[in-house]
Amino acid sequence: MVHYNASLEDTEFYKLQRRVVLRNCGVIDPESIDEYIAVDGYAALGKALTSMTPAQVVDEIKASGLRGRGGGGFPTGMKWSFTAAQNNPVKYVVCNADEGDPGAFMDRSVLEGDPHCIIEGMALCGYATGAHEGYVYVRAEYPIAVKRLGKAIEDARAYGLLGKDIFGSGFDFDLYLRLGAGAFVCGEETALMTSIEGNRGEPRPRPPYPAVSGLFKKPTTENNVETFANVAQIILNGADWFASVGTERSKGTKVFALGGKINNTGLVEVPMGTTLRQIVEVVGGGIPNGKHFKAAQTGGPSGGCIPASMIDIEIDYDNLVAQGAMMGSGGMIIMDEDTCMVDIAKFFLQFTVDESCGKCTACRIGTKRLYELLEKITDGKGTLEDLDTMETLCRYIKDNSLCGLGQTAPNPVLSTYSRFPEEYKAHVVDKKCPAGVCKSLLTYVIDPEKCKGCTACARVCPVGAISGTVKEPHVIDAAKCIKCGSCMERCKFGAISKK
Amino acid sequence: MKSLEELAAIKARMQDKVIMREGSGQIRVVVGMATCGIAAGARPVLDRFVEDVEKEGLADRVAVKQTGCIGICQYEPVVEVHEGGKDKVTYVKMTAEKVDEIVEKHIKGGQPVLEYTITHVGD
Ligand SMILES: Cc1cc2nc3c(=O)[nH]c(=O)nc-3n(C[C@H](O)[C@H](O)[C@H](O)COP(=O)(O)O)c2cc1C
Ligand code: SF4
Ligand code: SF4
Repeated sequence: MVHYNASLEDTEFYKLQRRVVLRNCGVIDPESIDEYIAVDGYAALGKALTSMTPAQVVDEIKASGLRGRGGGGFPTGMKWSFTAAQNNPVKYVVCNADEGDPGAFMDRSVLEGDPHCIIEGMALCGYATGAHEGYVYVRAEYPIAVKRLGKAIEDARAYGLLGKDIFGSGFDFDLYLRLGAGAFVCGEETALMTSIEGNRGEPRPRPPYPAVSGLFKKPTTENNVETFANVAQIILNGADWFASVGTERSKGTKVFALGGKINNTGLVEVPMGTTLRQIVEVVGGGIPNGKHFKAAQTGGPSGGCIPASMIDIEIDYDNLVAQGAMMGSGGMIIMDEDTCMVDIAKFFLQFTVDESCGKCTACRIGTKRLYELLEKITDGKGTLEDLDTMETLCRYIKDNSLCGLGQTAPNPVLSTYSRFPEEYKAHVVDKKCPAGVCKSLLTYVIDPEKCKGCTACARVCPVGAISGTVKEPHVIDAAKCIKCGSCMERCKFGAISKK
Repeated sequence: MKSLEELAAIKARMQDKVIMREGSGQIRVVVGMATCGIAAGARPVLDRFVEDVEKEGLADRVAVKQTGCIGICQYEPVVEVHEGGKDKVTYVKMTAEKVDEIVEKHIKGGQPVLEYTITHVGD
């Protein structure tokens, strides 16, 4: 063997990774069904259809300990057993490929890089639960995923891997694509099914649960892309193989879209139980520009933050929930000391305000009022009383919303407030933003000792807020300054600072 | 597909095309063509590989393929070269110009252009 030490596997970024879901991404041609078959594709389906009963498939998934990768972490085998137990000739399998969390692209990568593994996972689910039809609900903003999945379905049909009497077993299964128009709420399982049915994507109350009355009121199994991507591997290699990786109650691996203030942004797949420190320092290569790690946000707009003091936490479903965060679908945003936690909470809340479907008052109006409170705080107009109101309102929204969107919308606020109360108080009491982000609370000043009077700042200021004569210290007129930061960036002598 | 044998036959036929065997002399060039790669400019890179391989008459031993995302967003476009009996080489931040050099030195000459690889390029 000739060694070059010049491949992805030779990097620190890769070392702690373990690829189960992404095993074929970056390896095979996603538009070639033959290449998928070359790497054992459809072998699990063949094995199940020719040598296992549907109940055995369900049991294998149960024994593997696989939990849903779409956010909640519900045990997949158990979910399948509920649908399987329904006595109905028409059942459905639905794949949730709506992936609406800002910054998340795990599912897109699987669909674009290995579409057949989703088809195989869904067909296995169909066999296990007694369904003969499946739908993949994929967001229209993913044109390449749509195209490759569409081709994969056609190719699978042409090979008879979808259609009638697959592997001569008498089992029929076919798949259809449905495109979502990009509403975040359509990722919620009941809204998603309402949308597939051709109606406006609004959640409906549960129960009845989809396993009993789902798509077109038929028993339906709905899983996330990454969940389905694990299924064929479990059937092929066995539940024990899968369960050998991970923690006590979270088995297998998890794919994260790593982003924010981190050196290596990208898609990483690590065993459950990998510590946050390993992800940040080894896989992520640390924080850029010598800054310090402040917190990681997981679970997107429904999730929470894990502060630096908890950096040794082993990442799995239960540990994250215990810390007031959640696994979510896998977005992981790393924040450094220049991140204002109130501002981050405001960012996620803006998202939920925009995405609330409007059905529930608590969610529709409550999130808006909560946003306004946060705005008041970041504008330096907040009071201590507002902080109390904020907490009460958070509880109210959680308790009175129909679906997960509203129920979890306050999480980023609650989590940042419980982890960084002093930062909220600094905004309210001292009227300061410790991270130097909230513009209303900042003033730009020129240090007359350091200023050489080069006039560079005065020339770059877009609003003419800086005055002074050549070689004399300059001054900023706080009333005119719009806090754009251009002058500070431009000054070569480090004379300008924000306070 | 009516039987496992049919599936096994396709696998047997395809395996050597995906996993390079030692001593086969075959080379597989894969270009990351997920959204991230394409956005970073993977298409002209793929096109240039196809052109160069054609032009240099290498088509019988070099296969140029597209693939999905390997996960290193800030290094796209990414190209990996697989050859039996040799370590895989991961080229990053690829351009059409780099392709010409890689085809000349690595594909034809057998010497990877290490300065363009992931372990040598900074971000
Ligand atoms: C507002 C909202 C958005 C959601 N978006 C997604 C999504 O984009 N993809 C997804 O798989 N699950 C999403 N979910 C979770 C689904 O409702 C469902 O729990 C999940 O798809 C079940 O699959 P799993 O058991 O495989 O995790 C969302 C839930 C809520 C409340
Ligand atoms: S909680 Fe919000 S998103 Fe969910 S149904 Fe109610 S209004 Fe719609
Ligand atoms: S921060 Fe912007 S607006 Fe304010 S003084 Fe500097 S350049 Fe002018």
